[in-house]
Amino acid sequence: MSTPAAPSTCESAETVLDVRDLVTSFPGPNRRIAVVDGVDLTISRGETLALVGESGCGKSLTALSILRLVPKPGRIDRGTVRLGGRDLRALPVAELRRVRGHEISMIFQEPMTSLNPVVTVGKQVIEAIRLHERVSSALARRRALALFEQVGIPDPASRLDAFPHQLSGGMKQRVMIAMALAARPSVLIADEPTTALDVTIQGQILDLLREVRDLLGTAILLITHDLGIVNELADRVAVMYAGRLVEVGMRTDILSAPRHPYTQGLLRSMPARARRGERLTEIAGVVPPPGQWPTGCRFAPRCTRAFDPCARIDPGPTRLSANHTAWCHAVAREEGSPPAGGAPA
Amino acid sequence: MSKGGADALLRVVGLRTWFPIRAGVLQRTIGHVRAVDGVDLTVPSGRTLALVGESGCGKTTVGRSILRLVEPSGGRVCFEGVDLLALPKPALRPYRRAIQIVFQDPLGSLDPRMRIRDVVAEGMKAFRIGANERERTDRVAELLRRVQLDPTQMTRYPHELSGGQRQRVCIARALALGPKLLICDEAVSALDVSIQAQILNLLRDLQAELGLSYLFITHDLGVVRYLADRVSVMYLGQIVEDVATEALFADPQHPYTQALLSAVPSVDPGRRGVAVRLRGDVPSPANPPAGCRFHTRCPAVFERCRAEAPPLYPVREGESRCFLSDPAARPSARRPAGA
Repeated sequence: MSTPAAPSTCESAETVLDVRDLVTSFPGPNRRIAVVDGVDLTISRGETLALVGESGCGKSLTALSILRLVPKPGRIDRGTVRLGGRDLRALPVAELRRVRGHEISMIFQEPMTSLNPVVTVGKQVIEAIRLHERVSSALARRRALALFEQVGIPDPASRLDAFPHQLSGGMKQRVMIAMALAARPSVLIADEPTTALDVTIQGQILDLLREVRDLLGTAILLITHDLGIVNELADRVAVMYAGRLVEVGMRTDILSAPRHPYTQGLLRSMPARARRGERLTEIAGVVPPPGQWPTGCRFAPRCTRAFDPCARIDPGPTRLSANHTAWCHAVAREEGSPPAGGAPA
Repeated sequence: MSKGGADALLRVVGLRTWFPIRAGVLQRTIGHVRAVDGVDLTVPSGRTLALVGESGCGKTTVGRSILRLVEPSGGRVCFEGVDLLALPKPALRPYRRAIQIVFQDPLGSLDPRMRIRDVVAEGMKAFRIGANERERTDRVAELLRRVQLDPTQMTRYPHELSGGQRQRVCIARALALGPKLLICDEAVSALDVSIQAQILNLLRDLQAELGLSYLFITHDLGVVRYLADRVSVMYLGQIVEDVATEALFADPQHPYTQALLSAVPSVDPGRRGVAVRLRGDVPSPANPPAGCRFHTRCPAVFERCRAEAPPLYPVREGESRCFLSDPAARPSARRPAGA
């Protein structure tokens, strides 16, 4: 299904987005709490990287930080976000506005709330086109029509004049994708793009995203909690827990040979994987809220393989192969590496 | 067939719930949304029936109609042999105790100003369970332990709990009244997968301990496969397939069920992409297509489907509302082109 066009090795010449040591914090009762805490990500042209985790793990905030759209009183404390050679964090706001939508754009979970309800969807797409290109409104309309066709909206000419409420959820998401692609960005961030949609419609949207990636070479940062969608679309997967990466690897590494106990637990707890009549394997306890994250490995209190250093020392990365890394003391021990981890932040 | 029989706790027969569409200054009824249009269901005692479908198919309305939280337009809802739709409202009271419902959004179904103890005890008080507040408090503690919550949580407010803990409270509240049937309307859909597993295990344990019956309303086929004994698949207000769970996953008969199963992304890295992809959207239940309601999206559609509405035909371990399962049809008519 996937094209062999894009090699997925990190730091290749094709890297379009490179995030290093990203830290985003919110004020807590006593001190600022780093809700995204030292995240590194790279995506190559035409590649799909899935950022996976449960609610509150910081995956959406990572995306918003990349675009510098962190809601107040949140703030980015540290890190670089290089897009096509420029650091987005260092750009003046006016220039950043040009980059957003033009070189990197984003679609959200709720297409209903992202569209203006009192403006026709055609006008909204035309506006997006003219924001980035000096074209006549007639030409922009033709471009909008072509975009609608491209994203598979049936009867596109009449749909241009429809208001958002006249379209189904799947159609609205197609409009959002058309708008996001208006300027042919090199990176598309898709935050739970199908979570609000029915499963038969979800499939249509996944097909569309795959087509976009293969046709235009758009790199996709896919944010999701659904490992099935990861399997459908992703080339590589980054798993987040409590603000940090815990495991990064190729799709097949993560889904068939995960090494981090959290990734393993996530896969085991899926009812679709369980045998009928068998108990599901639970991950004990609850995800601790930001600010109550334990010292050392943040997953340690829920981990069945936790041992001496886990509660004290942050686990550093253990390279398992060129593309597969896990942050876990137990994995490091299995691999024969010393348990000394990354420096506590 | 294990369907029906004397051991049925709940039998829904020909249930119809239509909502009027009103328009104009006089608010005249100009049509109906046929949310539920002739649904039959059976929940055997101590078993789990899953009612599956996509948004707008009417599955939630079925759940609400059973409890008469919305008034059905016709049909029968027989609980232990008594037709609830024929009862005057006051006579429903004991059944509103015996049938409890747990919703998707636990925060939305808990009063934010009530402490957990009062949330769970409220129904007991209404039904005069327990001699006094002290006795009810003891019972609340016992119920919280049963759903694996620490009784010290009793003094907390709903917003102080996590999503999974809140759903446990909702389950405890339902159990407080000693129900026989629990209707779970997308009860685990909003939860993260690791928490979902905890709640699903809890529901299984409770069924084994208390002999509860479940009507599990959901869109999540993974949950269905894990929990249900039998599955009814709903499309545009009607049941299109009703079979034992294993049969549904091993050999789905109705083209809609086949498409639904194939649309669920697998987590098996060796399996990617799908065999059947449905085109288009679900038509409006205010104006369902003539003939088979699924014919506008069906990959196996043929002439007869546009003209006639198919009844439920018997298939292996169940029923399917599709002419492809018509035993009387000539073999040539059963092999449509391009299927």
